Amino acid sequence: MTDDTLEMTEKPRSQWLDVWDQFRTHKGAVLGLGFLISITLFCTVGPLIWDVDAGKLNIRNKNIRPIYMALFDSGAKVSWGNPMGSDNLGRDIMANIMQGGRISLAVGWTAMILALLIGTTVGVLSGYFKRLDGLLMRFTDLVLALPLLPLLLVMMLLFRDPLRSTFGPEQGIFILIVTGIGITSWMQTARIVRGDVMALKEREFVLAARSIGTPARRMITRHLLPNVMSPIMVSATLGLATAIITESALSFLGLGFPSDFPTWGKILFDSVDRMTSFPERVIWPGLAISLTVLSVNYIGDGLRDALDPRIRGL
Amino acid sequence: MLDNPAKPLVSVRDLKMHFPIYSGLLRRRVGEVKAVDGLTFDVMEGETLGLVGESGCGKSTAGRAVLRLYDITGGQIEIDGREIGNTPQSQLRDLRPTMQMVFQDPQASLNPRMTVEAIIREPLDEHTTLTPMEKREKVAELMDAVGLNRKFAARYPHAFSGGQRQRIGIARALALNPKFIVCDEPIAALDVSIQAQVVNLLEDLQEKFGLTYLFISHDLSMVRHIATRVAVMYLGKIVELADRETLFAAPLHPYTKALLSAVPEPDPALARNTNRIILQGDVPSPSNPPQGCNFCTRCPAVMDICKQVEPEYREVKPRQFAACHLYNET
Repeated sequence: MTDDTLEMTEKPRSQWLDVWDQFRTHKGAVLGLGFLISITLFCTVGPLIWDVDAGKLNIRNKNIRPIYMALFDSGAKVSWGNPMGSDNLGRDIMANIMQGGRISLAVGWTAMILALLIGTTVGVLSGYFKRLDGLLMRFTDLVLALPLLPLLLVMMLLFRDPLRSTFGPEQGIFILIVTGIGITSWMQTARIVRGDVMALKEREFVLAARSIGTPARRMITRHLLPNVMSPIMVSATLGLATAIITESALSFLGLGFPSDFPTWGKILFDSVDRMTSFPERVIWPGLAISLTVLSVNYIGDGLRDALDPRIRGL
Repeated sequence: MLDNPAKPLVSVRDLKMHFPIYSGLLRRRVGEVKAVDGLTFDVMEGETLGLVGESGCGKSTAGRAVLRLYDITGGQIEIDGREIGNTPQSQLRDLRPTMQMVFQDPQASLNPRMTVEAIIREPLDEHTTLTPMEKREKVAELMDAVGLNRKFAARYPHAFSGGQRQRIGIARALALNPKFIVCDEPIAALDVSIQAQVVNLLEDLQEKFGLTYLFISHDLSMVRHIATRVAVMYLGKIVELADRETLFAAPLHPYTKALLSAVPEPDPALARNTNRIILQGDVPSPSNPPQGCNFCTRCPAVMDICKQVEPEYREVKPRQFAACHLYNET
């Protein structure tokens, strides 16, 4: 390659273009991104097309099997009006999964981002500032030692009614659940980030930045945060999964959203007792949860590789 | 000669850097590592002061302490007429452009997530108000000055060889037109062929920009090449400081003699005749230095007084300082 072509290839490339190029080489990540986009579209745009009220009861049309059951069993009760079947109260399952996906995804993302923000902040502060370390880490241990479910129960009892009256029943519960999950799942991130920051802090490039006179806040944003990106990314993907699952568990215990308000986890738990006769009611929401979590894991994996210039160069 | 004895740019008096040791169940302070224990030296404007000594004698700590990358235990440091020994870190920021550092490991001293341009630009971002275009131009000039192709500005450090990385580190140190640069073993991690390139580059830059170096190294032949004066350290103290010619021709301190006799002699005929002084034993722990002279446990010319009284560091001959009882008696 001559020098001219070198200049041609190097100058106009932005960093994000390189990141995208590397990301595309990760097959799983691209597949995961595709799935995540389609399931998000399914949940957000879907209800506009499949215009059926998820909560509408239709006792005459109860216990309809999904449309594909006609292939195996000619006597099965199927109907094009309910392509994925209906439940024991005649509610359309497809509309429920769309509606539930909206809530589950929203809870998952928001709680994960909240947990990540708290965890990264606590981790970076206690790793970088020695004086804060003892205090913040003992606080982390304290929160870690708290039992999650009783804590959430107490939170529900204390804050449900005031939040409901200020934000409305759905918004209020949403805020409560997101905060509840967020503030009880940041501890792992904080610990991992703290450890990494402590190791990075002793590296020579941080010393070099100190000799330049870089103040602490820019030291953190410029030198430390980009270098702890990989563990943060990993805990983000794991965090999304735990948030969706915790929300399901809460709904199951009756601490989550009200009963006429579907989420993936709740559909799943509602159908457990009729699982043997109607397996599809468990399979579809379950599949939605697992595939979302899996695809987010793959995306995180690909993104972590793509953001590391050492790997990107190869 | 280059050195002008009238005006020291950096003057260090009785610099001490002790690191505490915590141990036991209650993490009580049980002692301290006296990494640097009472250094006194001047660096004249435009000169290169070589700082040599074996591993673990506190050379790097001394270099970092002079730039106040540590909060020192005691002593005074004066750089360019300003006392910085006890200044809090927050007020040192304005002084940082005057004093810069080149680090030992070029791999570790560059942030792997930043492009070369971002690395060299960081000091400009911190201390200047140039526009992005001016910064870009300045970065390109610096890359030219250290002999890097300016087309590589968008690359990441891992794409460079060790010598090139060290050049990036040097360009970063030069960005703010400093007066004083501490070179902390800048060539120790490089191949021999690259070492010469980097040392020559440092010399050229010194001539071009009128820089003053504190050149830390354990490579005596390199120090002999680049330094105007040489200080020899042993266990946190300077044992001898003299002009390069004097030190290499007529060393006073027994430790300097031993150190110089360890330099390999390329001529086999001469090498056969050299009388190597082989020191016995190990360097004592800096957390528990011996009583009296630090070198008394290994000194080939040890006397009784050495084990009791610490020798004073003084000008034994004109422009030649040493801390040894051998020259105090006579």
